[in-house]
Amino acid sequence: MNRIVSLFQNFNKHTDGAGLLNVYFTAGFPELDDTTRILQALQDGGADLVEIGMPYSDPVADGETIQQSNDRALENGMSVRILFDQLKNMRGMVSVPVLLMGYINPVLQYGIEAFCAKCAEVGVDGLILPDMPMDVYLDEYKSIFDAHGLLNIFLVTPQTSEARIRQIDEVSEGFIYTVSSASVTGSKSGVSGDMEAYFEKLDAMNLRNPRLIGFGIKDHDTFVKASSHAAGAIIGSAFIRVLQQSTDLENDVKAFVREVKNSSEAIPA
Amino acid sequence: MEAIAEKKSYQVNDRGYYGTFGGAFIPEMLYPNVEELRENYLQIIADPSFQKEFNDLLRHYVGRPTPLYPAHRLSEKYKTNIFLKREDLCHTGAHKVNNTIGQILMAQRLGKKRIVAETGAGQHGVATATVCALMNLECIVYMGELDIERQAPNVARMKMLGAEVRPATCGSRTLKDATNEAMRHWINNPVDTHYIIGSVVGPHPYPDMVARFQSVISEEIRWQLKEHTGKETPDYVVACVGGGSNAAGAFYHFLDEENVKLVAVEAAGLGLTSGHSAATVALGKPGVLHGSRTILMQTEDGQVVEPFSISAGLDYPGIGPQHAWLAASGRGTFLSATDDEAVQAAFELTRLEGIIPALESSHALAVLGRLGASKDETVVLNLSGRGDKDMGTYMKHID
Repeated sequence: MNRIVSLFQNFNKHTDGAGLLNVYFTAGFPELDDTTRILQALQDGGADLVEIGMPYSDPVADGETIQQSNDRALENGMSVRILFDQLKNMRGMVSVPVLLMGYINPVLQYGIEAFCAKCAEVGVDGLILPDMPMDVYLDEYKSIFDAHGLLNIFLVTPQTSEARIRQIDEVSEGFIYTVSSASVTGSKSGVSGDMEAYFEKLDAMNLRNPRLIGFGIKDHDTFVKASSHAAGAIIGSAFIRVLQQSTDLENDVKAFVREVKNSSEAIPA
Repeated sequence: MEAIAEKKSYQVNDRGYYGTFGGAFIPEMLYPNVEELRENYLQIIADPSFQKEFNDLLRHYVGRPTPLYPAHRLSEKYKTNIFLKREDLCHTGAHKVNNTIGQILMAQRLGKKRIVAETGAGQHGVATATVCALMNLECIVYMGELDIERQAPNVARMKMLGAEVRPATCGSRTLKDATNEAMRHWINNPVDTHYIIGSVVGPHPYPDMVARFQSVISEEIRWQLKEHTGKETPDYVVACVGGGSNAAGAFYHFLDEENVKLVAVEAAGLGLTSGHSAATVALGKPGVLHGSRTILMQTEDGQVVEPFSISAGLDYPGIGPQHAWLAASGRGTFLSATDDEAVQAAFELTRLEGIIPALESSHALAVLGRLGASKDETVVLNLSGRGDKDMGTYMKHID
C-alpha cells in the first residue's frame, strides 16, 4: 500500500497526537548536498510526511521566502536529475512518506513517463504539481501516475466552489491539500475566524479524503489549531527560514519539528 | 467586430487550445478568477453595449482607425508595395491601448474595483495606468527592479497617471518576474481585482481575449487596403513578436486565408548563437510558461532562461500559444532580427519616410529585404509603436 494512504489510515488523533505534520523544504538548499541530511533529520525529529520542493525559476504560487530558496538551490546547481541521484538510497534511510512538490515544466522536460518511473524507483509516494490542470492530469497523466503507484495531491482554496471541491475529492487519493487563505506561501500567518468558517464548511462536506492544512502554519500553536480542523498541517516557509538561519542543520531541524509537534518537549537548538 | 464571432481553424478551440498549445496551467488559487473570466468573456464582448462603448473609445479616445499609409520611398527601396499600419499613432504611442481599453471595460462588467498589471518597458503599464485614470480604478503595476532603473520616463508617466509602481525584486528583476509578481498579487486578491495581461500570453482565455481586442488592427487593414488597392488581402503581413499581441491583432482576420503569408519577427538580440537573444521560436522548446503550454526559452532542466534584446518590449522568454501553433503548423513564418539590424532599420524608416518607429517595430522593418516580395506584391507591416521612448538608444547611434 502507498505509504501516504497507510499513514492516514493508521493515524489516530486520540492516541497519536494533535495531527500529522508535513514539512516542506527545497531540494539543494541551503547547500546542494543538504537534501538527504534534512530529510533524515525531519524523520528523526518526528515529521510524519516530507514534501521535497524541486526548485523552479518562476514559482508563481510561492511567496518570497520559498522563491529565494528556489533561486539559491538553482544557483547551487540543483536539477531534477541531481535530485533523483541524491534520493537513490532514500528508502535505505527513511520510512516516512515522501512527496515531490514542484512546477510542471521541469517535469515535462524530464519526460512524464521517465519522471514517474524514477519516482517509483527511488521510493517517492506522491506529487504536488500546482500548475498541472486537473483535466490534463486525468486525460494524459493519471494512468502513468497509477502505473507507478504515485498519488497526485490536489489543492483547494477558500475560493474553490463546492462543486469543484466534490470533483477534487472524487479524483483525489491520499489527502487534499487545503490552502488556508487566498495567498501565496508564506504571506500570512495564523488561523483567523474566516478560515475557521471555511474549515468547518469543509468538515461538514464529509469528504472521502483526509485534509492537511497549509499556508500560514509556522509553529506549535498554529499547527495545533489547524490540526483541530483537519488530519494535520503543512509547514513550508517557516521551516525554510529555520534552514536559512541554521548553524547546526541536523539539530536545528530536529528541534524545530519537535517544538512544532509538542512545544513542552522542545529541545533548545 | 462582427466577423470575430466566427470559428476559425487557427483560432482557439472549446477547451482553450491552439493545436497542442494553450490551456490553463494555473495553480488552484487562480482557478476561480480565470474560470470567472472564461465563463463570461465571450458573452460580455458580444454584448451590444460593450461593443458600442469599446468602439466609441477606440474612435474618440485612442484615435482609430489608424492610417494605413502607402510608404512610397520605402517601397521604392525594396521594389515592392509596402503599407504601414500606423499603430504608432494610437494614444499612448502603441497598439497596447486597444487591449487595455477592452480589458478595463471587461473588469468593470465583472464588478472589479482594482487593476493589477505587469510591464517590461513600461508601454503596457502606461496603457493600463491610462485607462485606470480614465475609468477611476485603482491601478497597481509590477515592474522589474532593473526595468524601473532603465525606463525612468515611463515610470514617471505611470506615477503621474496615478498608478502605484511596485518593483519585482526576485529572480532576474525583469518582465518575467514582474509577471510572476502580478500573478501572485492576483492570488492574494482574488475577489476584487482584475489582472490586465499585456500580451497574448497567460492562461486561457487571456490569449484569445487579448487577440480579439487587438483584432481591430486587421479588421481595419482589410477595408483600408481595399480603398488603396481594390483588394482586401495583401500578400504579406509582417509584425514583430515578443509575447505577440500586435502580431496577433494584425494576423487575426487573415489566419484562414492561406495565400496571405504571415511573417512574425523575433528579437535575435546580439545574434541567435550569441547566448544573448530573445528569439523564442528559434531557440525555445515546447513547455509551460505563465499559465499556458507554449514555446519558451529554457534550460535542459526546464528552467526559464532570461532573454536578451535591445527592445524591452520583445525581451520575453515565451510567446503566445497561438503563435507557437502558427510556428509549429507552418502557417506562420518566423524570422528574427538582431539589435543592430533593428536600429539600422529604424534609421532607414526615419530618413525615408519621416517616421521614428519603436525599437520593437524596427525588428519587423529589418526583414523587409528578406521577404522576397516582388514589385507586384503587397506587404502590410504593422508599425506597432513610436520611437519616442527609445530616443536614448537611438541617440547613441546618431553620428
